[in-house]
Amino acid sequence: MSLQVETKRIGQVLCVQLIGELDHHTAPIVRDVIETEMNKSATLHILINMKRLTFMDSSGIGMILGRYKQLLQKGGKMAISDIPANIYRVLEMSGLFKIILIADSEQQAISRLEVES
Amino acid sequence: MRRKNRMELTFLSQSVNESFARITVAAFISQLNPTMDELADIKTVISEAVTNCIIHGYENREDGIVSIVAEIEGESVMIEISDRGRGIENLELARQPMYTSKPELERSGMGFTIMENFMDECTVTSTPHEGTKVVLRKHFSLSEELLN
Ligand SMILES: Nc1ncnc2c1ncn2[C@@H]1O[C@H](COP(=O)(O)OP(=O)(O)O)[C@@H](O)[C@H]1O
Ligand SMILES: [Mg+2]
Repeated sequence: MSLQVETKRIGQVLCVQLIGELDHHTAPIVRDVIETEMNKSATLHILINMKRLTFMDSSGIGMILGRYKQLLQKGGKMAISDIPANIYRVLEMSGLFKIILIADSEQQAISRLEVES
Repeated sequence: MRRKNRMELTFLSQSVNESFARITVAAFISQLNPTMDELADIKTVISEAVTNCIIHGYENREDGIVSIVAEIEGESVMIEISDRGRGIENLELARQPMYTSKPELERSGMGFTIMENFMDECTVTSTPHEGTKVVLRKHFSLSEELLN
């Protein structure tokens, strides 16, 4: 598989590390992992760590927006950290930065998610 | 002397081929010695166009044919991505940022916007029930070493 998803929980935050390439073929993998994890216990926020994501196109944007909408209904927030330059350009174009918290590191994202909630 | 080169690629409309297509075209374009950013942008636009053929053109049928032709002429690249799928009724609407005809599939409607922004030129022609063709062009500035 060209995408691996690793998850861990820190307080109320579900941290999702994406490793590989996020496109139309692999987006459903991420969606399913996040939905399963969200149903397991009361996580409030989601952090997507993109440090090891090597590729993302607009299918990734659609997947992220989908999770964002689900979170909104529960009052949760979403953050993205460690965005590589090529992916930054794609995210920037989508206007996602206006609604999603962007952080340089996982730690920074988590503290901001917890402070602002 | 103006360098000329050309490649053609056809494959079935299966999502697993999206990465195959973008990696193959990027490898072909590597001979122009693009920067990492330029190469990343090429991969992104190919992925957008091919994904559209699969999801929209063939509506996720896996037996459609997606074709790619890429041509290098001097410092310019032309890439044509086409399908023989359902076609687009309203091109102007389709190209609007955030417009998608398939919101239930978690589409963002940003595919054409990305193709337009990452490339110098993006031309779309489509005939309903016959298919769609996207022609992308980009100019690369070759390093001295390659020009000589
Ligand atoms: N190859 C194609 N065949 C048929 N319709 C297409 C094709 N490419 C794009 N479209 C139409 O144009 C719309 C916009 O495409 P795009 O900007 O890539 O957004 P998205 O793929 O997220 O829907 C699609 O929703 C679809 O209706
Ligand atoms: Mg698209």
